[in-house]
Amino acid sequence: MTQVTIERSAEIETEEPTEPLKVVRVRHWGRWAVSAVIILLIAQFLWSLVANEKYGWGTFGEYFFSDAVLDGLLMTLWLTVISIVGGFIIGTVLAVFRLSSSTLLNAVAWWYIWFFRSVPILVQVLVWYNLGYLYPRLGLGTPFTDDFWIFSFPTTSLLTAFAAVAIGLTLHQAAYSAEIIRGGIVSVDAGQTHAAAALGLPRRVRFFRIILPQAARSILPAGFNEIVGQVKGTSVAFIVALPELFYSVQVIYGRNQQIIPLLLVAVVWYAIITTVLSVVQYYVERRFSRGTVDLPPTPIYRAKKQITDLWHRLGEEDGKASPAVTSQTDTVTSYTDKESV
Amino acid sequence: MTIIDSNRPDPVDDAAPTVGKVEISHLTKYYGANRVLDDVSLTVEPGEVVSIVGPSGSGKSTLLRTINHLETFDAGSVTVDGRYIGYERRGDTLHELREAEVLKRRAQVGLVFQNFNLFPNLTARENITIAPVSLKRLSQVEADQRAMALLQRVGLHDSEKYPAQLSGGQQQRVAIARALALDPKVLLFDEPTSALDPELVAEVLDVIRDLATVGTTLIIVTHEIGFAREVSDRVVFVEDGRIIEIGPPEQVLRNPINPRTRDFIGRVL
Ligand SMILES: Nc1ncnc2c1ncn2[C@@H]1O[C@H](COP(=O)(O)OP(=O)(O)O)[C@@H](O)[C@H]1O
Ligand SMILES: [Mg+2]
Repeated sequence: MTQVTIERSAEIETEEPTEPLKVVRVRHWGRWAVSAVIILLIAQFLWSLVANEKYGWGTFGEYFFSDAVLDGLLMTLWLTVISIVGGFIIGTVLAVFRLSSSTLLNAVAWWYIWFFRSVPILVQVLVWYNLGYLYPRLGLGTPFTDDFWIFSFPTTSLLTAFAAVAIGLTLHQAAYSAEIIRGGIVSVDAGQTHAAAALGLPRRVRFFRIILPQAARSILPAGFNEIVGQVKGTSVAFIVALPELFYSVQVIYGRNQQIIPLLLVAVVWYAIITTVLSVVQYYVERRFSRGTVDLPPTPIYRAKKQITDLWHRLGEEDGKASPAVTSQTDTVTSYTDKESV
Repeated sequence: MTIIDSNRPDPVDDAAPTVGKVEISHLTKYYGANRVLDDVSLTVEPGEVVSIVGPSGSGKSTLLRTINHLETFDAGSVTVDGRYIGYERRGDTLHELREAEVLKRRAQVGLVFQNFNLFPNLTARENITIAPVSLKRLSQVEADQRAMALLQRVGLHDSEKYPAQLSGGQQQRVAIARALALDPKVLLFDEPTSALDPELVAEVLDVIRDLATVGTTLIIVTHEIGFAREVSDRVVFVEDGRIIEIGPPEQVLRNPINPRTRDFIGRVL
């Protein structure tokens, strides 16, 4: 009995179809239901943004481009750039030390990383700002003495609030960057170093042309994480009253009590910076995966392709894909093809 | 495939090659307590093709890597044309050379790896030009021209492909072209076809066979017994870091004197 059934069904499945078979996709009803609920909740929230007057969009608009806010924004960006660039340069040196065969350099880097990952960044900034209390004068003089200076400056004139924050953030960032870069370097196959050495490539070429570009593939995602984090991390500057973005809006709402609208000003600016950085990250990562994977098309390319495909389908369903439509989609496709390369 | 190389004397109407002599004498190396090379002595004449066979773990790779000073050793000496790669001899002492000098001398010896080790972030052409350009042997333009000629010589036509876009056989041929870019006097091959699919082995062996005819000294570690018999002037059998038997391919690969060689050949054939 069973045997007969099996024979039958096999017969049916191998039967030559008269037309190409139609494929019916599985429908995911559960997913549809969950999506509908989520969309409803989002709509409700968006509606409240408009309807709820406490958000104070008027105040938001008034301050979004105000001088104080833009100055704060500039300060935030400036501190981010300094600490990220400085941090990654020092971090690269530390990573190389950590990987070197010299026990001394290794230990120096290990202790540096240990120290700066241990001390909270707030404490560090405060110490730099108040360094004048520990060391009233900085300069060049006879070692281990305190009275003979070739030249020196009062510490407080060197370590302004800006310098204290910039130095603190940079040294802090260097410790974290060092570990990220080291992780990237050790992820590169040892055969690469052997091949480079066998060719007699100088150390510098080996590191910058062979190892680092390959390490970059695993360094970049974590690295951009650090940059995005640092944009907000600069808000530690409030501890020495340095007006970056967040401190600036705090000062303003301290005066006018419009807390929510001004926090929104800061949040939206942060979101804009993060968005820009995310896009930059996407393209930088693409650049560094050259040659190692078949790159998927960019989202812009995919969006254009989807629109043209949809256009095509609509034309077909009408039963009359007009020549005008076809030629238009063709041009779009060829244009995006070029872009994807 | 024919090879035309203007940089080398034509083997047909010219005298025997004069450069590329490798002398290994009483070489001993330890990894910790493990003696990987045990009093190895071997002289390879200019232009000679020597194959090294032996079981896995017997020290073949280590031996090759000591020849171009990628590995240090504990006793003995290795010279190429009478000069140490990593040391300078003054009187009775060997002085370790500075890195720049080692790199320059190492360029006389090319090494081709089992798993190619091409630089994946560089195109085939860039893989070949990076060494001559960064060692200031050639300008970028000259190096590019040379790369094109070398690629043609190993039978490749698309110079702008990245390694990941090439088959294993093509990658290994680019790796050989890369090793040739510095005009080495000696070329070392460490199991150049072991990582290849069977149908790709022949194309790589073809390239090596052509090199064997133009007068470069070749030292080839291989499990391709048939190939070794065909191209080699001499075959060396190593086991446990020692040279067990050495002689013409007909002897070592067909009628080995040493029972251990016979045992090994019986197993791999
Ligand atoms: N970097 C290393 N550290 C410690 N031992 C090693 C290292 N490389 C190779 N060896 C050991 O040295 C011996 C010879 O290795 P190798 O030269 O690679 O042999 P073969 O190439 O003949 O297979 C093996 O026992 C191997 O385990
Ligand atoms: Mg080996």
